[in-house]
Amino acid sequence: MSKYVISSSPHLRDSVSTRSIMQDVCIAMLPACVVGVLMYGYRSLIILALSVAAAVLSEWFYCKAAHTKNTIGDFSAVVTGMLLAMNLPSTVPFWMPVIGSVIAILLCKCIFGGIGQNFINPALAARAILSLSWASQMNTFPQPAFFNLAGVDAVASATPISGAANGGFTLWQLFIGAIPGTIGETCKLALLIGAAYLFWRKVITWHIPAAFIGTFAVCYLIATGFDVHEVLYQVLSGGLILGAFFMATDYSSSPATPKGKLVFGFGCGLLLFIFRYCKSTPAEWCSFAILLMNVVSPLIERVTGIKSFGEGKMHA
Amino acid sequence: MATTQTFGGGVHPREFGNGKDSTKSAMIVNAAAPARVTIAMSQHAGAPAVCCVKPGQTVNMGQVIGTAQGVISAPVHASVSGKVVAVTACTVASGRNCTAVVIENDFEDRWDESVKPCGNVDALTPSEIVQKAIDCGIVGMGGAAFPTAVKLDTTKETLTIDTLVVNGSECEPYLTSDDRIMIEQAEQIIDGVKLAMKASGVKCAKIGVEDNKPEAIAALKAAAKDGIEVVALPAKYPQGFEKMLIYALTGRIVPNGALPKAAGCIVLNVGTCAALSAAVREGRPLIDRVVTVAGRVAKPMNVRCRIGTNLMDIVDMAGGLTEGVRKLISGGAMMGMAMPTLNVPVTKNFGGFVALGEEGVHNEESACIRCGRCVRACPMKLMPAKIDTLVRHGNYDGAIAAGALNCMECGSCTYACPAKRELTQSCRVAKAVARSKKS
Repeated sequence: MSKYVISSSPHLRDSVSTRSIMQDVCIAMLPACVVGVLMYGYRSLIILALSVAAAVLSEWFYCKAAHTKNTIGDFSAVVTGMLLAMNLPSTVPFWMPVIGSVIAILLCKCIFGGIGQNFINPALAARAILSLSWASQMNTFPQPAFFNLAGVDAVASATPISGAANGGFTLWQLFIGAIPGTIGETCKLALLIGAAYLFWRKVITWHIPAAFIGTFAVCYLIATGFDVHEVLYQVLSGGLILGAFFMATDYSSSPATPKGKLVFGFGCGLLLFIFRYCKSTPAEWCSFAILLMNVVSPLIERVTGIKSFGEGKMHA
Repeated sequence: MATTQTFGGGVHPREFGNGKDSTKSAMIVNAAAPARVTIAMSQHAGAPAVCCVKPGQTVNMGQVIGTAQGVISAPVHASVSGKVVAVTACTVASGRNCTAVVIENDFEDRWDESVKPCGNVDALTPSEIVQKAIDCGIVGMGGAAFPTAVKLDTTKETLTIDTLVVNGSECEPYLTSDDRIMIEQAEQIIDGVKLAMKASGVKCAKIGVEDNKPEAIAALKAAAKDGIEVVALPAKYPQGFEKMLIYALTGRIVPNGALPKAAGCIVLNVGTCAALSAAVREGRPLIDRVVTVAGRVAKPMNVRCRIGTNLMDIVDMAGGLTEGVRKLISGGAMMGMAMPTLNVPVTKNFGGFVALGEEGVHNEESACIRCGRCVRACPMKLMPAKIDTLVRHGNYDGAIAAGALNCMECGSCTYACPAKRELTQSCRVAKAVARSKKS
């Protein structure tokens, strides 16, 4: 036998790996998490830590139990844990992020085959289950406490979207996140910085966020008779920015083709518009819009297959 | 004619400085003729040549030692003068076995009498030029080694051929032999292009060179004339693939399963053009070529060596392998083949040798995360991950329906995959299954 390795070409690989991608996503979520802790106090930090720890441990446990290769090193469980915590109000009891992470990792990810196989976004699915199971805790949002880490008033308060029509907050407050809300969804500035990082690192493409936010904004623009202020208010409210850049872009549960991504984003935007415009309940519907589109994602990918380079054309 | 200058998809293998820096600035070194050459009878696409010499026979340099068999074939010539010591089986770099003629060099470099310069090149008819390409065993030197005469002969062609596309893109990491040939032999390349235009009756020629070779572009531009255009293309792998190059230079798309002629183009490599010029003007058969020796060798370089030189001799010239070599690659690091040994003869299509260490060894596949990077990287606009899944499930018909047969095996998808999956290999498997079903 030769001492040299024989394998098929190519013999080089890009330095980007699953692990580096997931680490990039974690880095991109950090600004919003930091602002969340500053706005909503030390509980936010504990919830983040518990959520991440529970997610990683769940995956470790599953890999042990199922006798499969340990995959916690790919950082995808960390991403799920962080995302879930960002979707929780800082006032929830500490057992809730733990339950949520276990649901996300075991029920939504591992039993479907682990990374790349989950048909819905695990963090969002967990949030939806928690929202439906413990509606009051999940829909009570604290007032922002601006750097007052200890003194957060767990005052029951609705998120701005439920009172969108009458406003109550300035666009600037919505943009910097000085509003009641979940740990990671309120500060749009921090989220956009993270999103810019994801674009720069080529972790996500523009298709889904642009189609998602674009469709939503255009629908609202038409529905409100071109009330630009109201449209901006809606875009900056609730979980739209977090959802469009960080959750709808989840690789496993969205189409891989460019055209498929556009259709997917369009669907998310349209559903969110319908849910919000009809104001069925004060709950946050962004999660449900994305989850519904997650379910049809394989179908979208199937019907938006790409045409190969030399198909059916002789001369350009 | 619309030119796009580039193509969709592709990757930028930038690790290790693209590997070209170590060899791109130094002049081509002429290797001393070896004491013994092993000349394979199959070093071109198509039927192997048939050996026409016997052991013990004395041969001259440039003498035919293997005659072409059929239309898609090429004759093989002695690259040194001396005595035939054996007609034997040999393994070439691709791993294929074929007959080879072993000649002991007498170091006289005595040209065969059949090798003589052409008096009046301008008076040659197209068919005479084609005949010279046949007689001199000119084949594509970019890698596929398709007989050049077959491409140039447009007399029986029903399609309209109007453009000669000349490939100087050299998109493979590490390889710089074409770059050096363009810098050092620009005049000869342009002459070869003009002869190819005349032979095929084409009025327009475009030479595509990646913009990371400014010296080559300048040299060719200075030499170019009469309907020959030198176009700088953005550097991106696999710019040097026929379909990508034709699209970048002419805006035309070669239909799936068709040859470049379907898009009105003939594609020749720059090295092939230089060889064609030497064949027509000097009657010189293809008996040497430039080989890049790069990667983990002591002195990376470009070497002009006789066909049939053992790769071990060339690696010795380059100072030998350095520490930590894990993989020996014939060709470039993206498309080349891993070899078990250095004991192979240089053939007409042997463009380079790259020695890789751990950076060339990858066996840690993980699960597909559906990121879509392979889809973005694929210049043929396929969905490699989908084909990969189908092939791994044994659903070859599904993989073929997903377009696996259109894969050019450029390796961009595998390169880009963050889960380090062997996507290109799955396409190869699907293609092999399709071939075996056909036969």
